[in-house]
Amino acid sequence: MTQDAHDQAARHDPVYDELSARPEFAELRSRYRRFVIPATAAFLAWYALYVLMSMFAHDFMSTKVVGNINVALVFGLLQFVTTFALAWLYSRYSNANLDPLARQLTDDYHRTLDGRADNGGR
Amino acid sequence: MEGHQILTTALFLGVVALTVGITIWASRNSSGAADHYAGGRNFSGLQNGLAIGGDYMSAASFLGISGAIALSGYDGFLYSIGFLVAWLVALLLVAEVLRNSGRYTMADQLAYRMKQKPVRMAAATSTVVVSIFYLLAQMVGAGALVALLLGVESEALKNLTIFFVGALMIFYVTVGGMKGTTWVQIVKAVLLMAGSALIVVIVLAKFGFNLSELLGTAASNSGKGGAFLEPGLKYGPELHKKIDFISLAIALVLGTAGLPHILIRFYTTPTSRDARKSVLWAIGLIGAFYLFTLVLGFGAAALLDKDAYAEVAASGGNLASPLLAEAAGGGPGSTGGAVLLALIAAVAFATILAVVAGLTLTSSVSVAHDIYNSVLKDGKASETEEIRVSRIAAGVIGLIAIVLAIPAQKLNIAFLVALAFAVAASANLPAIIYNMFWRRFNTRGALWSIYGGLVSSVGLVIFSPVVSGKGLDPVSGKNLSLLPADIDISWFPLENPGIVSIPLGFLLGYLGTISSREPAAEERYTELEVRALTGAGAEQAVQH
Repeated sequence: MTQDAHDQAARHDPVYDELSARPEFAELRSRYRRFVIPATAAFLAWYALYVLMSMFAHDFMSTKVVGNINVALVFGLLQFVTTFALAWLYSRYSNANLDPLARQLTDDYHRTLDGRADNGGR
Repeated sequence: MEGHQILTTALFLGVVALTVGITIWASRNSSGAADHYAGGRNFSGLQNGLAIGGDYMSAASFLGISGAIALSGYDGFLYSIGFLVAWLVALLLVAEVLRNSGRYTMADQLAYRMKQKPVRMAAATSTVVVSIFYLLAQMVGAGALVALLLGVESEALKNLTIFFVGALMIFYVTVGGMKGTTWVQIVKAVLLMAGSALIVVIVLAKFGFNLSELLGTAASNSGKGGAFLEPGLKYGPELHKKIDFISLAIALVLGTAGLPHILIRFYTTPTSRDARKSVLWAIGLIGAFYLFTLVLGFGAAALLDKDAYAEVAASGGNLASPLLAEAAGGGPGSTGGAVLLALIAAVAFATILAVVAGLTLTSSVSVAHDIYNSVLKDGKASETEEIRVSRIAAGVIGLIAIVLAIPAQKLNIAFLVALAFAVAASANLPAIIYNMFWRRFNTRGALWSIYGGLVSSVGLVIFSPVVSGKGLDPVSGKNLSLLPADIDISWFPLENPGIVSIPLGFLLGYLGTISSREPAAEERYTELEVRALTGAGAEQAVQH
């Protein structure tokens, strides 16, 4: 019963506790959260603003900007622009700030496992 | 048969031959579970990005959104933006962590730290429910599309098409597995983008690449004037319609990252970095596609003559793109028109085939991996057995979808898709997010949020005007709800349940969690978090 309740337990490996305790991991987690939490809040708020304005600010959204192009269309197209821009920013941020730390920790993980194999452990 | 019907039929058969050929080719070097379920995890960021696009841009998007724009103007466009912005949730919060911490299904990532059997059962149930709603939408669409394009209004032809599409998708999935399905989706994405780009360029050229002029002509031809370019034609002016749209918008933006057939696509790349790249490609592709539908929709309103525009309206918008293609090629009766019409029809057909294959694969993998192996066999089934079960499951799910799709033809396609998104956002997303970001989250929280989100979203729809209580259309006398007009069990005022069921899914996940303690789940969070963020111990690509 205990086995079927948590059969992933067999997989549990202390190497994860070691990695989790590293300052590099704390730094990686905080860098990840520092980007994604505000970014998610921002794009959801920006999208919510767009939806609410489309529903409740009809006159403002219908203002013509150039020719037949009105605020509503520009606002909609801006959602595309911000989506592309945020995706690009996140990619740049993770390449520069997340991937190197993640790689370092994964290397340590492999080194620990290899070390055990050399000592005839496991 | 007339000339254009022969051409359309020939191109349809060409699409079928091409995809069948790809599937057989892909099956030759596919062996083992990682190949069958995750395509060997060897697809590059670009390949998987195309496949994501192929899996996501359904007939409902291609025909439905351009049709909605052609008929309701700006409000159709409003709809497509939620579908795009939603990808940021997948990019920032889901794709990479899922790739690092799971193996084959959505349930893997939850089962990592929770009680295997109940959590897998819940996740598999919601996977199958979401996929079946989505499948029905695509198959009903296929039946309607083929009948409309061949100009034959016959129930028998629609049923035959549904049966044929069902048989094909069972073939793709059982023979080609994830590899075959992925290549079908890649080819479809390329065809869809190329086909729609061609029509977009022809349409824009007719207006000297002046968007404002295109919009102006569309507005005056639509007969609705300036209002056609402003929000409110479809979702307004009554308050309940506006709230209904807000409810839909929440489901669209939060549902994408909870769609099981999208989630399992992240497992097909070698690393989480490739999974990220694939989402970036997908965002670019899907964004470009929705910009195309903007031109296609307004183009149809601007360029179609009165008869053709009336035909679009009669088809609920689904014929906007095909008829626009015909007009762009020189109009009915011209060779160019016939060629472009046939081309776009074939692209739409390829679109449906790729999406149904992805959905059938997802649910069959979940049945085999989560229910059969983990719940029924205590995780002791061999890989060969599990794959065999997944093939049988694909056949059974395919048959169920065929049997359900035939009576479901009365349902509105857009409604079925919206419902799939609402269930995905209410049942799946809360569990995925809590699992990654909340150490305290546990089995009871996961079960409450999955079952609670599932039951509340489907339940609210049953008691909504979609199912009963709308009465008869005052003009056509057609019954507007699903049940006979004299039965009224509706009390929920909205057609889209998301505004209630999504917060409820999150709330139940929270309440379930704080009402019980599960030290094992909390302990193992450390392992999950390290693995998810670093990729240490993540599943490796298959070496051939």
